[in-house]
Amino acid sequence: MASQGLARGRAGLATGIGLVLVLVATSLLSLVWTPYPPADIDIPSRLQGPSLAHWLGTDPFGRDVASMLIVGGRNSLAIALTAVFVGLVLGVGLGAAAAASGGWFSDVIMRLADFTFAFPALLSAILITAVLGPGAINAVLAIGIFNIPVFARVTRGAALQIWGRDYILAARAAGKGGLSITVEHVLPNVAGLLIVQASLQFALAILAEAGLSYLGFGTQPPNPSWGRMLNEAQTFMRAAPLLALFPGFAIAVSVLAFNLLGDGLRDLVDPKLARMR
Amino acid sequence: MIAFVLRRVLGLAATLAAASLVVFVVLEVLPGDPALVMLGTEAQPQTLALLRAEMGLDQPAPQRYLAWVAGLVRGDLGLSYTYRVPVGELVVQRLAVTLPLTVLAISLSTALAIPLGVFAAARHRRWGDSAIMAFAQMGMAIPNFWLALLLVLVFAVQLGWFSAGGFPGWSDSPGAAFKALVLPAIALALPQAAILARVTRSAVLDMMGEDFVRTARAKGLSRDAALWRHALRNALIPVLTIMGLQFSFLLAGAVIVENVFYLPGLGRLVFQAVSQRDLIVVKNVVLLLAATVVIVNFIVDLLYAAVDPRLRTGR
Repeated sequence: MASQGLARGRAGLATGIGLVLVLVATSLLSLVWTPYPPADIDIPSRLQGPSLAHWLGTDPFGRDVASMLIVGGRNSLAIALTAVFVGLVLGVGLGAAAAASGGWFSDVIMRLADFTFAFPALLSAILITAVLGPGAINAVLAIGIFNIPVFARVTRGAALQIWGRDYILAARAAGKGGLSITVEHVLPNVAGLLIVQASLQFALAILAEAGLSYLGFGTQPPNPSWGRMLNEAQTFMRAAPLLALFPGFAIAVSVLAFNLLGDGLRDLVDPKLARMR
Repeated sequence: MIAFVLRRVLGLAATLAAASLVVFVVLEVLPGDPALVMLGTEAQPQTLALLRAEMGLDQPAPQRYLAWVAGLVRGDLGLSYTYRVPVGELVVQRLAVTLPLTVLAISLSTALAIPLGVFAAARHRRWGDSAIMAFAQMGMAIPNFWLALLLVLVFAVQLGWFSAGGFPGWSDSPGAAFKALVLPAIALALPQAAILARVTRSAVLDMMGEDFVRTARAKGLSRDAALWRHALRNALIPVLTIMGLQFSFLLAGAVIVENVFYLPGLGRLVFQAVSQRDLIVVKNVVLLLAATVVIVNFIVDLLYAAVDPRLRTGR
């Protein structure tokens, strides 16, 4: 029975890795080649259905949907990657410091983390956009800020457990300070958990970026984004319903890929959970 | 319990104060001249001067902040620059859409997720479990605004059962108004239900391995009876926690989904206010949304202290 759960977990992990590799490869390929330049407007061939010339058809401006989808995916991955990186670096730093120091410093960091949860990425994005105007960097900022407390909490929780171990006591007895124990012993031991969390946050970041660009707060034209493609498709829902299908499908598959990857990695890091699945 | 509640109320007050300070600093202090942000660099000097006077920008920031907070306490949120009506009035009008929408979405998601989660736990590792978990995995991956578009495509454009958007208002025809909220509520509820079903399933599975469930089974209770009567009740604590956390995602989702369906709710209001650079509306609505998230989580905290007395004394 347990092995059946594990086998299913492995299949999920393999699917996740496969899909993520396809996404990354397509994004990298788009740096050197796309079927058409994604911003090229060609009014005479507007709103065409899928064909050999335009695999996924064309949009109301005659732009090639497949090319927009590929470049939009690259933009989405780039924003998610930067936002998760910002959250990871700052969150892990704060969480590890909170675990190492304890006391009031730890309390302050955790209250700040609680507080940040009151501002979902979208609210931060609204605040930032209201002042600075819309843009990809503001989207990164808004999603990144929301990621900080997530990583801070996960790091602190896991690090506190490590701090209670015997080998930390030994390191302390050997005269090592908080910083070197954190770098040499604590962080390597929580790294697995952080990779899992990063993968799950990546999925959330893709969703958040899509939502922001749907509202017009994210990537700006002529740079394509999945969210804005959906927004533009809404007006042509009767004439060209397929336009509303492709970008949404791309978002869902990407999110699914990173969720499967995260879940699968978690089973590897914590086999006890895998048996529950 | 009283000491616990007092401590939490103090924490709530501090969080709300901090949230208001962050909103104020971002919108009124960091930009330098908020009037310039609202009107743009092309604005006439006289218009700018008038708006500065209206917003009290001649006063120092700490004084303006205190005046805003005092206004909030009195229920006076100032005058919207674009609508020229009190922001409080706008908020009350828009809440009549957003509040029923979120309540409907939460009810739908709970009504769907908890039975599905328990059913999956009861059929652990059988095909029913696998099917529900596969659907949950997909539900988590689908963005709510895409689901909203798909629902419009099928139920409004193709079948014509619902309208593709807009809101007739409660006073004209309550039935039609409710109907206008059904598709948006489903779009908001399904992705949340997917997460909640997974949490319910794993919480119930956790509890099924506990000693008290084994004792109940040893006393002759059937597996289903032990599950529904003993495991589920205890599993509700983590489920409640996640529901509290989900609330912030639900509000954020409402901002987007209201825009998909052109519903005149708080989300649409704040979106339009950002586009029109009406910082007075943005300031108050963002604080209101953040405060709602904080207060809901505060209530959840109190609720599970009531359910589980151990949590009152622990940190």
